[in-house]
Amino acid sequence: MSEISLAHYLTLGGILFALSVVGIFLNRRNLIVLLMAIELMLLAVNMNFIAFSHYLPVAQDRMAGQVFVFFILTVAAAESAIGLAILVVLFRNRATIAADELDALKG
Amino acid sequence: MSANLSLLPLVIVPVAPLVGAIVAGLFGQQIGRANAHRITILGVLIAFVISAMTLNSVVNDGAHFSGTVYEWMNAGGLKMEVGFLIDGLTAMMMCVVTFVSLMVHVYTIGYMKEDPGYQRFFSYISLFTFSMLMLVMSNNFLQLFFGWEAVGLVSYLLIGFWFKKPTAIFANMKAFLVNRVGDFGFILGIGLIASYAHTLNYAEAFDAFTKVGGLATAGFGLGTDWLLITVTCICLFIGAMGKSAQFPLHVWLPDSMEGPTPISALIHAATMVTAGIFMVTRMSPLFELSDTALNFVLVIGSITALFMGFLGIIQNDIKRVVAYSTLSQLGYMTVALGLSAYPVAVFHLMTHAFFKALLFLAAGSVIMGMHHDQDIRNMGGLRKYMKITYWTSLIGSLALIGTPFFSGFYSKDSIIDAAHASHLPGASFAIFSVTAGVFVTAFYSFRMFFLVFHGKERFRDKPFPAELDGPEPELEEDDSHGEHGHAVAHATHDDHAHDAHGHGDHGHGHDDHDHTPHESPWVVTGPLIALAIPSAIIGFFTIKPMLFGGFFGSSIFYDSEKHPAMEELAKEFRGPFEMALGAFAQPTVYLAIAGVLLAYIMYIVRPSLSDTAAKIFSPLIKILDNKYYFDWFNENVLAAGARLLGRGLWKGGDQGLIDGLVVNGSARAVGAFAGVVRLIQTGHLYWYALVMILGVFGLLTWQLWPYLLSVAH
Repeated sequence: MSEISLAHYLTLGGILFALSVVGIFLNRRNLIVLLMAIELMLLAVNMNFIAFSHYLPVAQDRMAGQVFVFFILTVAAAESAIGLAILVVLFRNRATIAADELDALKG
Repeated sequence: MSANLSLLPLVIVPVAPLVGAIVAGLFGQQIGRANAHRITILGVLIAFVISAMTLNSVVNDGAHFSGTVYEWMNAGGLKMEVGFLIDGLTAMMMCVVTFVSLMVHVYTIGYMKEDPGYQRFFSYISLFTFSMLMLVMSNNFLQLFFGWEAVGLVSYLLIGFWFKKPTAIFANMKAFLVNRVGDFGFILGIGLIASYAHTLNYAEAFDAFTKVGGLATAGFGLGTDWLLITVTCICLFIGAMGKSAQFPLHVWLPDSMEGPTPISALIHAATMVTAGIFMVTRMSPLFELSDTALNFVLVIGSITALFMGFLGIIQNDIKRVVAYSTLSQLGYMTVALGLSAYPVAVFHLMTHAFFKALLFLAAGSVIMGMHHDQDIRNMGGLRKYMKITYWTSLIGSLALIGTPFFSGFYSKDSIIDAAHASHLPGASFAIFSVTAGVFVTAFYSFRMFFLVFHGKERFRDKPFPAELDGPEPELEEDDSHGEHGHAVAHATHDDHAHDAHGHGDHGHGHDDHDHTPHESPWVVTGPLIALAIPSAIIGFFTIKPMLFGGFFGSSIFYDSEKHPAMEELAKEFRGPFEMALGAFAQPTVYLAIAGVLLAYIMYIVRPSLSDTAAKIFSPLIKILDNKYYFDWFNENVLAAGARLLGRGLWKGGDQGLIDGLVVNGSARAVGAFAGVVRLIQTGHLYWYALVMILGVFGLLTWQLWPYLLSVAH
């Protein structure tokens, strides 16, 4: 076994991202699963940030990528809060949160 | 000698009737009936007086005028302008037009006095006078065409004057459409001239074409230039065929008798229909260049002169008899044109204008006397009741059949002599036509004359129900409607009739059941007398100066070597008196006398003979009754074909191709495409997200592909 390299981290991030995309696409039932998939997508991005920052040549620069991860986590938390709030209002109005039944965009 | 005419009086000539027409037309209701006829008559009177003065100075001082009055525009070197060309030909036409128009204006006061459209009628006939003057005074093709179309328009308006009568509407549409056919040829001819001579001015165009003509006959023989002049002339003549009602475009003229009688006299006998003759005469420098075109003219004229005369024999409507005789006489004029005897054609035009206007107005007077019954079989013995009409009709008929010393004799005999002098291939047919035409003319003219004025008084029992040809049905209809301020109009005119004319016997309307005919008021008989005088004598006094005295000067050109008709006539001419005496040595006078005698025997001495003849010739009469089936042919072949084509274009082209394929088709194509495309619009959020991601992925791959490749290596 060789050492774990940047490529391994990036592959993991890619797999996470692909899973989240599949999660968005395959999910028919529940909007909450959709939100969770988006969170997972953000985590995949975070994984890339950390991997890249870890392998930066200059040591002082390595903090920058990790600080961005905190920004993203914060935004993700806020986004989840807003998303869940919208879900609650949606459920009150439509009595469902099934993704299949929400096709008002079709007009 | 060749003094110039001043411009201002010349401008007044057409403008005075125009002003009258505008005032009577637009303010007719305000100014009332009497003022409407006063102002229009004043306008035409001014025009006539100036025309007469112009003619006087043209004849005596050799004055002329040629120049631009107003330049409208200059497009690509093609000047479009209003201009006058006043010479012998124009001055004579101006006098004929304004004189006949003046007579008709006066006559109309009597004829139309019960009509609700009184002011409108005066406006139209003044407008017609303006248009006709513009036509004859023009010095360029554009103005000629303007006048040409304007007289056509007024003719259309006046044929359909009684616009509630379906036959009148049919007739005016027919006249309009048939004239369109002619005008199509005419405008093609003008277009050829404009494109070839690069000018619309007469003199310049003639110059250009004369050069081409000379060049072509000397050098190229049957080259395109020679064809050009022939095609141009034939196109122009097709225009003349439409306006002057030559075979086969004659069909509109008999139907145009649906209009009121005064305009039948003014437009459809004396002036407008002669516009074609005038135009060809004006274009004589062009027509002289093409023997083919002259032959065409000659043959068409011959056919018209003879075969339209035959139709006059079997007509029973008094106006239609005169209409067919007009057709036949126009044929005579056209024959003269084809023979290059242009002065003779114009001479006949002038004499014909007088006696045909006279005959029409006399026919109108008879119609009034007969309470708007136009069937000559219902008349008879009117001589006792309508003395002035009788004598003036007699003069008109004698002039028409060419009795020596009457004006018609000089012009018609000159045409027959000219036919003998011509060398054109069609001349022998022309000689036959015009000679036989004399007999036919004499027969139908006096058939009508005897049936109307002599014989048994048939108007009491009316063996034939009155046809719906007069204004009578229209008037009744109008009375029941009572609109147009009709009652008011009636009241004013009644006052007017009593006060102005003191004519107590004006109540000859439809409610009058006393069928005894009566003489017409003086406004009707006055013009009859005024027209009878020139009908009788004008030929005697004018034949020498007009045909042989160089009256037309340079306005008419003929190639006396190739077309010697005028030369021959001049050689034989001794004097008007000698010519009339010499006629008794010719067969034509005896043909005319034979025609009159035959009519006398068949309709006065032995009326049963006409029935026997009708039985014997019944197949022939059937053909004549159907006017050689021209109307049938036009209706069932040309009109039906056009309708079929129209329906095909409507159903196939418009509804099928444009509406169906282009307009609705493109809409349907968009709809179908959208129907497919909308399937990908599911409205589900995850679907849009996936597409967006795939899009980003695709874009990135596309953009980063070279970099990815380099990394892979």
